[in-house]
Amino acid sequence: MIQIRNLVKQYGRGDAAVQALRGIDLDVHSGEILMLMGPSGSGKTTLLSIMGCILGATSGSVKIDGAEIMGLPESKLPGVRLRHFGFVFQGFNLFPALTARENVEVGLHLKKVRGGAARRQAESLLEQVGLGGKINSYPADLSGGQKQRVAIARALAGDPPILLADEPTAALDHQSGTNVMELLTSLAKERDRTVVIVTHDSRVLPYAGEIVHIEDGRIRAHEIEREPEEVLQ
Amino acid sequence: MATIAWKNLFHDRTRLFVTLVGIVFALVLILVQFGLFLSFLETSSNIVANSHVDLWISAPSIPHVNGGSALAEGKRYQALSVPGVERVEKYTLMFVNWKLPTGAQEAVQVVGYPVGCGLGGPWNVTQGDLNDLRGEDTVMVDELYLSKLGVKGIGSTVEITGRRARVVGLTRGIRSFTTAPYVYTSFKNSQNYARLTEDQTIFFVVRTAPGADVANVKRALIARLKDVDVYTNEEMRRKTMYYWVLGTGAGVTTLLGAILGLIVGIVVVAQTIYAATVDHIREFGTLKAMGASNWNIYQVILMQAFLSALMGYTIAIAIGAAVAHGSQSGNVPIALPPAVAVGALLLAVVMCAGASFISIRKATQIDPAMVFKG
Ligand SMILES: Nc1ncnc2c1ncn2[C@@H]1O[C@H](COP(=O)(O)OP(=O)(O)O)[C@@H](O)[C@H]1O
Ligand SMILES: [Mg+2]
Repeated sequence: MIQIRNLVKQYGRGDAAVQALRGIDLDVHSGEILMLMGPSGSGKTTLLSIMGCILGATSGSVKIDGAEIMGLPESKLPGVRLRHFGFVFQGFNLFPALTARENVEVGLHLKKVRGGAARRQAESLLEQVGLGGKINSYPADLSGGQKQRVAIARALAGDPPILLADEPTAALDHQSGTNVMELLTSLAKERDRTVVIVTHDSRVLPYAGEIVHIEDGRIRAHEIEREPEEVLQ
Repeated sequence: MATIAWKNLFHDRTRLFVTLVGIVFALVLILVQFGLFLSFLETSSNIVANSHVDLWISAPSIPHVNGGSALAEGKRYQALSVPGVERVEKYTLMFVNWKLPTGAQEAVQVVGYPVGCGLGGPWNVTQGDLNDLRGEDTVMVDELYLSKLGVKGIGSTVEITGRRARVVGLTRGIRSFTTAPYVYTSFKNSQNYARLTEDQTIFFVVRTAPGADVANVKRALIARLKDVDVYTNEEMRRKTMYYWVLGTGAGVTTLLGAILGLIVGIVVVAQTIYAATVDHIREFGTLKAMGASNWNIYQVILMQAFLSALMGYTIAIAIGAAVAHGSQSGNVPIALPPAVAVGALLLAVVMCAGASFISIRKATQIDPAMVFKG
């Protein structure tokens, strides 16, 4: 699904240069739930952004479904993101002027689902994340956990094959963090979606299918965990 | 994209208010200044435009209709002998002094016209009868200038150039571009008021025969008469209008005012739209991360500009119409013809779209990676 070879990312130049990634090789398989762990500043967000075609790399190769995305012109990237990815962010990034349903609809509208169809799909997604009663609420009236669940519904809109989440529980208390993680992994499992979650929260480990540890821009360890089904039961 | 555009617009009430104030201020300024310009065009030459004259014969090289000088009456017979000329009448237009009952003086322009033949007379008579102007020392003035001229209406008497004058009728809306109002009287009376001798006139106004070609008659008159200029009515109207509106700078000033309004509008609106774009930069970044193209982002910005333009226009045109209506009884009327109202709508849209330009540039530089910041 995602194949990364010898990926290098350098921010800035000369004295100010920061080597964020120093040669990453990684395969993310279809239907897999992968946790990307590591200390702050180790390059997790950088790696996730490059995978998600949001950030360009300095060198190396990134293939999505076998197609090389390195060197694609800027103008092609929004299309790649639209077809392949749903994003969940640490800061939720909801549109504050829009209701929960309208937030989800934005994702659908971008994918050319419009009108009544978009409305029905948005409502159904919100029900699936347990917010059937909050479809007309504005983000300001939702708790952190509820906001993140709206964001998950929005990321699932249009059913993208890959979900990328950067520290989705970092801004949440323990209970809502656990709920969000459970929701994200179970929905992905149900749909057989590929998920990459960046976290340094060890509480979420039980949900992982695979764990990759990054330190200082390099992969330190790569563990295959127990089958997630065992965990969920 | 449309939903996010208008919902974001209404989410920031204060900013929307500032944007609308900017648009409304600019549009009202433009409407008022341009309306003034249009009414200058009309007022400056109204006396010619409403004269029903076909050809004007004047002393050589006059600057405009209000600047004629004396001609000898004898030319009238020469003019009458030209083929295609049906009627030639004497006509006065001259600045003279009007003495108010209080003793104060006002400059007026006395219009001495041939009563009863349909050439050069007043229009929109609201009180009195044109035939009353056949009487000795009788005049008609416009309702607009009653207090300026110190008269109450029909029956008031004053002095013009030391001679008695009695108001026998009133007109409505015959404005003067200068500060000197028009005072209509018979040509015969005007000779006294304007201190012309028995055989002098300021203009000859000509009516051509039915079916005659005015341009041909004009050429024939020029050939026949020495030391005069001949103008068609349209030529005289333009000459006068250009002199007063462009030559005096009055028109240029109003047009500059309109352009200033446009610039102020663009700057204010550009500033608020830009600030709104910067405020929502993270949302735009999120949209981009979600796969929105630059074009999708432009749509949001342009849609907001367009909606602001429509709302601002609606308010501005209402204010403009009220101002135009209220100004009709004042000294400086403001014209607001439908074409200008439609033009202002287009201008509002263009202004707001233009103002979005820097925001659109900003939006293309959005780094979607910012969405990962916590
Ligand atoms: N835009 C940037 N410009 C310069 N340096 C950056 C930028 N983003 C991240 N870095 C640096 O790259 C390294 C990796 O950052 P990041 O990928 O955000 O790590 P993590 O998500 O694991 O905390 C850090 O040293 C960070 O300071
Ligand atoms: Mg990070």
